[in-house]
Amino acid sequence: MASGIRDKVAIIGMGCTRFGERWDLSPEDLMVEAFGEALADAGIERDELGAAWLGVFFDEQSTGKSALPLSMALRLPNIPVTRVENLCATGTEALRGAVYAVAAGACDVALALGFEKLKDTGYAGLPERTKGTFEDLFLPASTAPGAFAQLASAYAGRHGFPIAKLREAMAHVSVKSHANAARNPKAHLRNRITTEQVLGAPLISYPLGVLDCCGVSDGAACAIVTTPERARALGRGDFVTVKALQLAPSNGVEMGHQSWDGSYTLTTRLAAERAYREAGIDRPREAINLMEVHDCFSITELVVMEDLGMSDPGRAPHDILEGRYDREGRIPCQTDGGLKCFGHPIGATGLRMAYEIYLQLLGRAGERQLKSPSLGLTHNLGGIPNRNVASVAIFGLAA
Amino acid sequence: MSTLGSLIACGAYVPRLRLPRAAIQDALKWLSRPNERAAPGARAVCNWDEDSLTLAVEAARGCLARAKSPPAAVVLASTTLPFLDRSNATLLAAALDLPRATETLDVTGTLRSGTGALAQAARRADQRATLVVAADTRAARPGSEQEMTFGAGAAAWLVAPGTTVPGALAQLRAAVHVAADFVDHYRMSGAPFDYAFEERWVRDEGIGKLAPAAIAQALEAAGLKAGDVRHLVLPLARGTAQRLAKAAGLEGAKLADDLAADCGDTGCAHPLLMLAAALESAAAGEPVLVLGFGQGVDALVLERGAGAATGPVRAALARRHEEPSYTRYLSHRGLLEVDFGMRAERDQRSAPSVMWRKERQVTGFVGARCRDCGTVQYPRSRVCVNPDCRRTDTQEDLRLADLPGRVKSFTEDWQAYAARPPFIYGNVEFEGGGNLLMEFTDADSGDVRVGMPVRFVFRVKDIDRARAFRRYFWKATGA
Repeated sequence: MASGIRDKVAIIGMGCTRFGERWDLSPEDLMVEAFGEALADAGIERDELGAAWLGVFFDEQSTGKSALPLSMALRLPNIPVTRVENLCATGTEALRGAVYAVAAGACDVALALGFEKLKDTGYAGLPERTKGTFEDLFLPASTAPGAFAQLASAYAGRHGFPIAKLREAMAHVSVKSHANAARNPKAHLRNRITTEQVLGAPLISYPLGVLDCCGVSDGAACAIVTTPERARALGRGDFVTVKALQLAPSNGVEMGHQSWDGSYTLTTRLAAERAYREAGIDRPREAINLMEVHDCFSITELVVMEDLGMSDPGRAPHDILEGRYDREGRIPCQTDGGLKCFGHPIGATGLRMAYEIYLQLLGRAGERQLKSPSLGLTHNLGGIPNRNVASVAIFGLAA
Repeated sequence: MSTLGSLIACGAYVPRLRLPRAAIQDALKWLSRPNERAAPGARAVCNWDEDSLTLAVEAARGCLARAKSPPAAVVLASTTLPFLDRSNATLLAAALDLPRATETLDVTGTLRSGTGALAQAARRADQRATLVVAADTRAARPGSEQEMTFGAGAAAWLVAPGTTVPGALAQLRAAVHVAADFVDHYRMSGAPFDYAFEERWVRDEGIGKLAPAAIAQALEAAGLKAGDVRHLVLPLARGTAQRLAKAAGLEGAKLADDLAADCGDTGCAHPLLMLAAALESAAAGEPVLVLGFGQGVDALVLERGAGAATGPVRAALARRHEEPSYTRYLSHRGLLEVDFGMRAERDQRSAPSVMWRKERQVTGFVGARCRDCGTVQYPRSRVCVNPDCRRTDTQEDLRLADLPGRVKSFTEDWQAYAARPPFIYGNVEFEGGGNLLMEFTDADSGDVRVGMPVRFVFRVKDIDRARAFRRYFWKATGA
């Protein structure tokens, strides 16, 4: 019987660049910046790394394929490097590789680095891409906001919720994240906004306005992981371990079967259930102290509150409006600003989420530090509601 | 009385968009004389994703819905076929999911293509039925007379040759053809617009001299006198039609509606479309004369049969939506290049090997139903999508095109490239099972809602400008 990943791997160093429109930085610059911070944090030498995982989504946009961009940018000592890609959940995928390698005993220290250079396209939003030679023949050339906006109409339909009221709750999601990001010097968007501004913003994809959408950013984030024994040997006091790391990809049911009504993300439910089990958590609402979820759009965060079991079905809009997920609420969500405001350099995002949990658990979150959290959750979703990969990870202080 | 063949069923399609002629006049006021009279009515114009082929598919679907068995042949008549070399009729047959054994043929090059194809179908020697579809979407230079008079539309006729089929809509009694290189207008290959000569000359020297003789000959062949004819299908300007009726001694017959008021001239489809409309009001046994004109004359004499009129033209005309924007119409027709942004630069390259491998699925909208659990799915896959089944290779073909659908979710996307913003798409479920994320068409902002019933139509999906290619797929539209 598999015992899972719980407490088998420690995170001893993390780094994250400032996210944003970093016109002056190349992928190499972003990787070196994030890695430098993590290496100094870990207090180890580069040559102690036994293996590395690189996460980048738009390879055609950034650096091309393969593991070479990481190996070359960091001048790694010819250790195994694996490039992974799992849509917007790519960052967590890179972490999963490194964590599993350490847990398997394949190496003592492993590196996971994710980055994305999105702002070389010449236009706003994500780059255009083909869906493949067959799917281009029948699927709409949809955009990310358009695909996620579907959640809103389906959610409103399912729960008999007026769209106007739903939009208010969605607006609060964005208002909260902007307020949080104002306390985060590395965040892309640090301005405070009001509900009225969100509701009055230019429409991107009905009912999503531009302020319902996350930032499209350049950035990199990374983690250095090792065994708990090695972490102790390095003389770390409190350190962070991985409590759960789960991934659930769609198998086509949402895309083609009527059992899915379009109002939620099926994979998040599956990944969360497994992650809670792996971490030994029975009552997540009580156990989890903070969350970093995949708020690519305000409506995504809203439905994910239910998919993670934090809100009862049909109650997420009420809970959001009551402030349950605000900084001061019961389960603060997106204390760093989330994808919405920290930004969303795709390959880096999962690791950026882990970075915030890591800082908060270690009491290093500065102006936005919560009062002694002990368990944090990340939810990193790649794809569109119709088909996606959802990863749910839980991190905590070592026992 | 002998018959050349029976016209068993018909279908008609007119694009939903109607451009008021006053909107054209308003936009081009600076071009006209100050005392120009306001032009009445509206003309049918294509949505950005419609062309002669998609119009033909809709007309054909309406016709075949009333047919008892599939036709042996599909003939597509048009002067505006999307492909010069790639059988448009074969693509039409594929969209109708007809068997590979179907004979397919494009007929083009003249406004007589429709009447000519109809007569040929009736004369077919082996007595097997032909689906004749005529469709035209002629482009007109902005500011031209044609811009006001042209419309767009399609008509489909199922023709059984050589026999009198009981309950047919009409019998073709006689057909006479005159070939005369009288060039009233022309369009060279590659030219965007017709070049038309003076109407008075065409009326007097062309129609006025060529048509009466042909009509007389056709009536004689049918054993009828001019006074016997009850309905005249003359795809001509009204004044010209009246003159011709008089010249041919047909004043006693009723001039069929030329559909100018709310459709316009549909090119080689026009006589066939007007005929479909005329038969709606004709009584059984009444003779009908149909004229085709273009480098000669086709004169067809028909007799209304006992078949009940189904009113396809009325239904097609009733499905209308006013297009208030002249510039949007120009843009749809490629006559105005607006800036759609960098997202419009997306490469739309197609892989012909994939198109061929998936031809029935994509062109015929053929999905599948699991033999074991009954789950409908699209696209078909090796392993059943039903989480409680997941059996391998249990799927049987199921055409989804004619199933009713329902909207599960949707969005109006203002970020994506759309030739007619916003880009509307969403999850649609099929009656009996199955779900697909698909595009909506003939819908503007505010038109789609969750739970709305939809039907499916064959449309242009993407245009590959770099390779001068377009690909087609099915879209959802309000039922």
